[in-house]
Amino acid sequence: MSSAAAIESVETARTVKPGSRAWRRFCRHRLALFGIAAIVLMVLASVVGPWLIPFDQLKIDIRHRFAPPPWEGHLFGTDMLGRDLLVRLLMAGRISLSIGFLAMIVSTAFGTFIGVTAGYYGGAIRVALMRFVDAMLCFPSIFLLLILAAFIQPSVATITLIIAATSWMEVARVVEGQVRSLRERDFILAAEMIGAPGRYVMLRELLPNAIGPIVVAATLTVARAVLMEAYVSFLGYGIQAPMASWGNMLNNAQQYLGSAPWLAIFPGLMITLSVASFNFVGDGLRDALDARLDLR
Amino acid sequence: MSTGDIVLEVENLSVTFATESGPLQAVRDVSFTLRAGETLALVGESGSGKSVTSLAIMRLTPPAPLVTLAGSVLFTGADGERRDLLALDLDGMRAVRGNEISMIFQEPMTSLNPVHRIGDQIAEAITFHERVSNRVALARAAELLDKVGIPDARRRLSAYPHHLSGGMRQRVMIAMALACNPRVLIADEPTTALDVTVQAQILELMKELQQATGMAVIFVTHNLGVVAEVADRVMVMYAGAIVEKGGVVPVMTRPLMPYTQGLLHSVPRLDPESLGRDTLEAIPGSVPDPLSLPPGCSFAPRCRHVRPACEAAVPALEAADDGHDVRCRRWRKLAEAGA
Amino acid sequence: MSVEMAPAATAPEIPLVEVRELRQWFPVGGGLLRKHDMLRAVDDVSFTIAKGEVLGLVGESGSGKSTLGRAILRMTQPTGGQILFDGRDLTKLGRRALRPLRPRMQFIFQDPFASLNPRMTVRQIVGAPLVIQRPELNAAARDARIAEVLGTVGLSMQYAGRYPHEFSGGQRQRIGIARALILEPGFLVADEPVSALDVSIQAQIVNLLIEVRRKLGVAMLFISHDLAVVGHLCDRVAVMYLGRIVEIAPTRALFRQPRHPYTEALFSAVPVPDPTIRRDRIILRGDVPSPLKPPSGCAFRGRCRYALPECAAAIPLLRQVEGGHWKRCIRDDLVLGRPGKRGAVEEM
Repeated sequence: MSSAAAIESVETARTVKPGSRAWRRFCRHRLALFGIAAIVLMVLASVVGPWLIPFDQLKIDIRHRFAPPPWEGHLFGTDMLGRDLLVRLLMAGRISLSIGFLAMIVSTAFGTFIGVTAGYYGGAIRVALMRFVDAMLCFPSIFLLLILAAFIQPSVATITLIIAATSWMEVARVVEGQVRSLRERDFILAAEMIGAPGRYVMLRELLPNAIGPIVVAATLTVARAVLMEAYVSFLGYGIQAPMASWGNMLNNAQQYLGSAPWLAIFPGLMITLSVASFNFVGDGLRDALDARLDLR
Repeated sequence: MSTGDIVLEVENLSVTFATESGPLQAVRDVSFTLRAGETLALVGESGSGKSVTSLAIMRLTPPAPLVTLAGSVLFTGADGERRDLLALDLDGMRAVRGNEISMIFQEPMTSLNPVHRIGDQIAEAITFHERVSNRVALARAAELLDKVGIPDARRRLSAYPHHLSGGMRQRVMIAMALACNPRVLIADEPTTALDVTVQAQILELMKELQQATGMAVIFVTHNLGVVAEVADRVMVMYAGAIVEKGGVVPVMTRPLMPYTQGLLHSVPRLDPESLGRDTLEAIPGSVPDPLSLPPGCSFAPRCRHVRPACEAAVPALEAADDGHDVRCRRWRKLAEAGA
Repeated sequence: MSVEMAPAATAPEIPLVEVRELRQWFPVGGGLLRKHDMLRAVDDVSFTIAKGEVLGLVGESGSGKSTLGRAILRMTQPTGGQILFDGRDLTKLGRRALRPLRPRMQFIFQDPFASLNPRMTVRQIVGAPLVIQRPELNAAARDARIAEVLGTVGLSMQYAGRYPHEFSGGQRQRIGIARALILEPGFLVADEPVSALDVSIQAQIVNLLIEVRRKLGVAMLFISHDLAVVGHLCDRVAVMYLGRIVEIAPTRALFRQPRHPYTEALFSAVPVPDPTIRRDRIILRGDVPSPLKPPSGCAFRGRCRYALPECAAAIPLLRQVEGGHWKRCIRDDLVLGRPGKRGAVEEM
């Protein structure tokens, strides 16, 4: 056929990378960009910051208790034991953000697994899995969290797992919905037609096309996990002294709310800032990754 | 047939979309006239600008700055007054739309509101332009449904769109379009979503209605069979511009533009003599990207008669014969060679 | 139900595909207390396809032609009947048991936009069947085969790294065809492969399919609503109406002399791109009846201009009227019009 060569020559080369359009949309989202900047800043500060500050987070200095900020190098003041608040805030950031990210990874992985399995197999498997998800969602998660925390020795690992155990359901739901709609698409049928085993269809065909909603849900999960950690620690069941987390710092600050308000204000601000930032990024990603906008 | 008065005069119509990758000229310098009682077919493939042209006439393209319209669309109303539709304000345009110029679309299901009874939808179209009571409007709606061949019209007034088949819904759309006795009907691929036997019904109906009302029809389609069936005159579009224009018989039996020729040849024929496993005469390649059109004739990269000169500058639309225009630098040579 | 013989191809060899009284019914509606209705999308369909033969399947929307094509490749579980592929009954096989047969039968989709995974490159899409069915091949051997099959469909390896959205509709359809061909199947089901494409591109893809059957000798079930395209590509044509085959014949015989009134009307309805021919066309009354409540007897009788009271009595049998020409109509006294000519009725 002589037309073949001609087809090539007329080929209109539009080399738009699939991600670049989404990236451009994301960049138009001001709050999301702000969120990204704030998150990067918080993570960097938490990781690097404590080395740069000439105070130890655990060093007690009775003479300088309740120093209001800024006080002789204590930029954010000191707490009831005279410990530098800034360095404690940053060390707490390490804990709180780690728990946030780790809980996100665990719950996203588990939720995605449940969602893809339910969406791909359908039928009785779907019904069973999704009813389980519903049951978990019905259960007031803060109580579950507190009950579990009361029985289990609190540590970063256990708190992470407990939070993950109460926050994977949203991901599972989102993924299941996405996979179920993708399941009807021709290209999935095409994979079935070449005899692809279920594992291949799920991992190679379905998952890459569900990545947008998963990323959005994962981002929002970080915000939720940070908040959950703060709850639990604030109520005294979470991260235990002398280790600092934003939640237990708030807890400790309670009694001094009148006399030393900065002890509550700074951790409170950090929680708000991080939760808001992750939510902004999640919103931005939702808009940017909206698959409908990708269809030409 | 085409001896009626001129109702529509489109002059140098251009439509430009603002896109992320820069301005996209979807319609370039389109001019034509439409007379009462005639059917003008607008033919082209996807991306040819045929639908955008029809939407631009109705001012149904997205507003500026997303889309900029240039040129003029002179419409002669029932009152004999000539107005440039592109210069009308929104209220003025609304008075024309659906009243003096109506439009029907490819997918009747999306054009009808699924939550309203069809009788109410037609009646609404009437009361929008005329001061009549709802009762009168509904009675008119029943008449219209009867006119477009919907059996048991009075009872069907209370049907919802999803109760009707695709063909029936298209009939309802036509009834709605005809509600105010328009002077011009723009039909954008009205039968493309329908089966052939239903398409035959709808084409027959449109022909009858046109004869009865004397309205002018702009029929947008990609189907050359339908063109031969309905059109008095044809306008072939490619990459946003008119490439050939003329009476249906000369254009379809003695096409001058290589693109029109290719298009006609690539349609498989039904008669048993032409059957067999011979390959069809396809046009190689595909439609150019509207964002990076070739500098010369936009069909040049796919044309088998192409010469270097064709690629240098955009050829003009020349009058080849009485009322038969062609945009091809080499049409004379090709016609002599008996291509 | 009527017991019928499968209309066989004229060639005496053993058919590659033999469909026997295939049924695909779907439950519709129904609720807690209400019994559901049965939508008989495909009902009692029998035919054969010989090795290397192309059978066209025409019909309007709702005729069940697409459902039939999907059922034959076991995308669905048929309600009844048999699908013999090279002697093995596909309806008895489960997903896993079908897997080794998949390379021998492939599907070409209608929508070139929905049938390619947007997150995969052309190399990954076209190579996927090899990855799954021929895991022993190394990357170089796979690439060589991908290049070869892309060449067959008129694309070059140069574009293998691109994503589907960078291609036009016709080019995407070529990619879909390449994917279907890479395992060298003996049988293809093509479901309206050109109807989503522009006219000039349609011809390219029809030509490609003609070339594919010529070069590779692949048998095909070619599903289309476009009689002219079917006429150019197929050896035999089956016409479906409301879930049943109403006529099946060698292409030339069918186009010269349709024997079923529905086929005649279908031919007559196709607009011909020649303005100098003004034909008297048979305009069918009404619409296709609902497959949920098909009329008694012949499903077409409500729209048929030759219908007799007897047509309501029973569903007509598919009978052979000539060598390889079968029809489901009780009237043998009709001389029906051929395409491009006026229909004439002669009462004998």
